[in-house]
Amino acid sequence: MKAVVALLAAFLNAPAMAQTAPLVADVSEHMVAIRSDFAGQDVLLFGAIDAPGDIFVIVKGPPTPFVVNKKNRVGPIWINTEQTRFDDIPSFYHAATTRPAEEFVPEALATRFQVGLKNLRIEPEKASSEDATPFRDALMRLKVASGHYQPEIGSVQMMSDRLFRTNLHFPTNAPTGTYIVEVYLFRDGAVASAVIVPFIISKLGLGADITEFAKNYAAIYGLISIALAVAAGWAASAAFRRV
Amino acid sequence: MQIYLPIAEMTVNVFLILGMGGAVGFLSGLFGVGGGFLMTPLLMFIGVPPAVAVGTEANQIVASSVSGVLAHMRRGNVDFKMGAVLTVGGFAGSGLGVWLFSFLRSIGQVELVISLSYVVFLGFIGGFMLWESLPGVLQRKSGQAPISPEQRGAGRHTWIHGLPFKMRFNRSKLYISALLPLAVGFVVGILAAIMGVGGGFIMVPAMIYLIGMPTQVVIGTSLFQIIFVTANTTFLQATFNQTVDVLLALLLLLGGVIGAQIGARIAAKLKSEQLRSLLALIVLGVALRLAFDLIITPSDLFSIREALP
Repeated sequence: MKAVVALLAAFLNAPAMAQTAPLVADVSEHMVAIRSDFAGQDVLLFGAIDAPGDIFVIVKGPPTPFVVNKKNRVGPIWINTEQTRFDDIPSFYHAATTRPAEEFVPEALATRFQVGLKNLRIEPEKASSEDATPFRDALMRLKVASGHYQPEIGSVQMMSDRLFRTNLHFPTNAPTGTYIVEVYLFRDGAVASAVIVPFIISKLGLGADITEFAKNYAAIYGLISIALAVAAGWAASAAFRRV
Repeated sequence: MQIYLPIAEMTVNVFLILGMGGAVGFLSGLFGVGGGFLMTPLLMFIGVPPAVAVGTEANQIVASSVSGVLAHMRRGNVDFKMGAVLTVGGFAGSGLGVWLFSFLRSIGQVELVISLSYVVFLGFIGGFMLWESLPGVLQRKSGQAPISPEQRGAGRHTWIHGLPFKMRFNRSKLYISALLPLAVGFVVGILAAIMGVGGGFIMVPAMIYLIGMPTQVVIGTSLFQIIFVTANTTFLQATFNQTVDVLLALLLLLGGVIGAQIGARIAAKLKSEQLRSLLALIVLGVALRLAFDLIITPSDLFSIREALP
């Protein structure tokens, strides 16, 4: 961490850098690998600004279509009877600001940049707006419960009005794919500068190979699974016969 | 020790999975059942998606049936001809089952159908077994041979014996229409694919009471056809639904084979009536638990899933 700050300070001392970019930002890792021992990971987002201002950060997971089902009582049992489809919803959402967003982001911009969960745009596939509200709320609530949506806006720490950092946490069940990390610099109620940092969560190693193979060579994968099972069953029988 | 399951897309504790495999393997060795009907609900209970639980469990049953059938083959207790006919029906049934499974998944009803199937079949079979193991019933039966030919319908002449395509099954000492085992194989195949079980708990009573096979060849022959039907289910689930987690299956297997051997050794020391009533209680327990979940008001009426592309 100290090395990162030192590195940044070195960057800031370069005069050309300070003049051309009012905002620079990067993440400590551009790729989080999900290996067989993956148990969630923290990624450090850090950066620098050329003059005092406020920062807000939005992390969005790969857009994914979701279906929300609602159960109703049919006779004695509960059955999924209603459903609403939402297309291209961020599969992951995390926001962080230097101070409460209301203090420096005007209402209109908060809506436009989707600052905080309440401003996150989630539109049902069919534009039947009114009856979709409970489904939209349920989607939000369930995504929060699964740890994919962060319920509260997190904090960005500012150091001597120039350096900033924030911790991004990705849980074990983090969706895989390409994430977009948007960093905005606010001054006087307007966006002074913005940076977008791409970021990837990907399966790697044996797990990734298995997934790839299962997807691309589905039939062969099935046959191998069967062969493994037959071999294991035979081996077990042979091993215990001698005991 | 945590491990990430690539197809189930979740991190689990290795020892939990090994322990589950061992515990269900122990019970299956103890009672001589496949254990799929316990393992599939258990996997769903720890958070494995139902589709992955069903597909993976089919794969595991292939292994446990292979090791089981080898023991029965050594004793000559497998009717291969009957097994082959049942398998033909089972292939068609499991094919339809996997297709139905995909369809139900696309309309969001697969969990409901899995639960309902479990409640109906386990409830019925568990209830029947419990009734059979009641003291009064036992006393009445105690003087008799295990199951007489009349009881299993060998001498009975019903409409079943009027069916065409008669075949001779030497090992089972039967001369019956091939349509009967074909139909039994077909129905059990559908259920096996949807419920993620081998279907032995339905197949065995059907073989005894419907087809009229002698009891000593029933288990071996049932295991023999279960290998092929679950292999077919594994292949189709892997190909069309991509829901077979080979890593999970191997872990379950490892625990399962060890548990099964211990169970089989303890079973030899227990009375069969005790075993039957104990198994009946477990089967009924699973059925009641699932029925309870269907009936009580869910804590959350809404559920979310990724839409299929």
